[in-house]
Amino acid sequence: MATIKVHGVPMSTATMRVLAALYEKDLQFELIPVDMRAGAHKQEPHLSLNPFGQIPALEDGDLSLFESRAITQYIAEEYSEKGEKLLCPGCKKVKATTNVWIQVEGQQFDPNASKLAFERVFKGMFGMTTDPAAVQELEGKLQKVLDIYEARLSKSDFLACDCFTLADLHHLPAIHYLMGTDSKVLFDSRPKVSEWVKKITARPAWAKVIDLQKQ
Amino acid sequence: MAGIKVFGHPASTATRRVLIALHEKNVDFEFVHVELKDGEHKKEPYILRNPFGKVPAFEDGDFKIFESRAITQYIAHEFSDKGNNLLSAGKGMAIIAMGIEIESHEFDPVGSKLVWEQVLKPLYGMTTDKTVVEEEEAKLAKVLDVYEHRLGESKYLAADHFTLVDLHTIPVIQYLLGTPTKKLFDERPHVSAWVADITSRPSAQKVL
Repeated sequence: MATIKVHGVPMSTATMRVLAALYEKDLQFELIPVDMRAGAHKQEPHLSLNPFGQIPALEDGDLSLFESRAITQYIAEEYSEKGEKLLCPGCKKVKATTNVWIQVEGQQFDPNASKLAFERVFKGMFGMTTDPAAVQELEGKLQKVLDIYEARLSKSDFLACDCFTLADLHHLPAIHYLMGTDSKVLFDSRPKVSEWVKKITARPAWAKVIDLQKQ
Repeated sequence: MAGIKVFGHPASTATRRVLIALHEKNVDFEFVHVELKDGEHKKEPYILRNPFGKVPAFEDGDFKIFESRAITQYIAHEFSDKGNNLLSAGKGMAIIAMGIEIESHEFDPVGSKLVWEQVLKPLYGMTTDKTVVEEEEAKLAKVLDVYEHRLGESKYLAADHFTLVDLHTIPVIQYLLGTPTKKLFDERPHVSAWVADITSRPSAQKVL
């Protein structure tokens, strides 16, 4: 049943987002590495899969998709009967609330968290120097977002509702990287956020994504 | 159906995104003006509707949400049998999801910066930064190249009919057409025809 192919690399946050969803759903897939160092993502044949020259891209039979958050939503809906539920059960209003927090991650959390992970983690890997002023500014912005999360998680076990959904899953890659840096204090110092981070990062599907990085 | 309220500002691109969707669906609603220049959006009671202190916020009876693209999706699904269809069936929804992400992560950040520099800054007595405009126009050109190719294969971005994916771009495009950045749309034939089409929709005209 390996009709699903993911083109990406285990280190990429966006690829990890998709892998997490696939593992949550217990789906068979093939991970096809993209040689980023050689610039393969900016050339054919990858460009036919993602014209923006980014990873990941996914193929499921004839269907070809890119943008990690569109892919996870496709996985969650197409395979809604398999594995873990990734959307809140219920009517359109519940679905809309999930969508609110999916948007929040994409528009408010990720722009800051990704840049911060880039400064603290990826720059070092690429032989570049972390910019302390940028880190301070980004942490300032991320703190404001996490204050809102703290308030939200006092009313709801997970961001969208009382069960784990894509709205939580989408955060995992950036959180994973930031929890290995001094920025971890932003999460640890907020009790509800801290509890939520522990819950979502302890999921077995997430452990499998991390394992892929070690291979 | 007078349970719907939109809290926002008529000039805000995100607010317009929601208003256009409501007009497409022919749904009645009440518009509640949020006075941005007084910082109303950063204070109670508004901030209780959107903890990020941004416009718009939305209410349908007791049901309250924020984030314009979550609101438009709610409207498109909840009122699927009214007005114009803004969605697709089956796997077509995955293409729409993809298009929504692309507009959100590739088009809007760049388009919004160009609107800020060229349209909003002058209104606030600030000076347009030409270097930023040049940089962002270069990025927008690359995005529009992808759109040009896509619109050569498909009448609209996500399907052969108008959907949320096209709708989400309208507010930023409307502003950019009033700036020199308009040339980036004009010099790409498929994009240019698509822009003329979507901006002439009655729903788009109503928010101007």
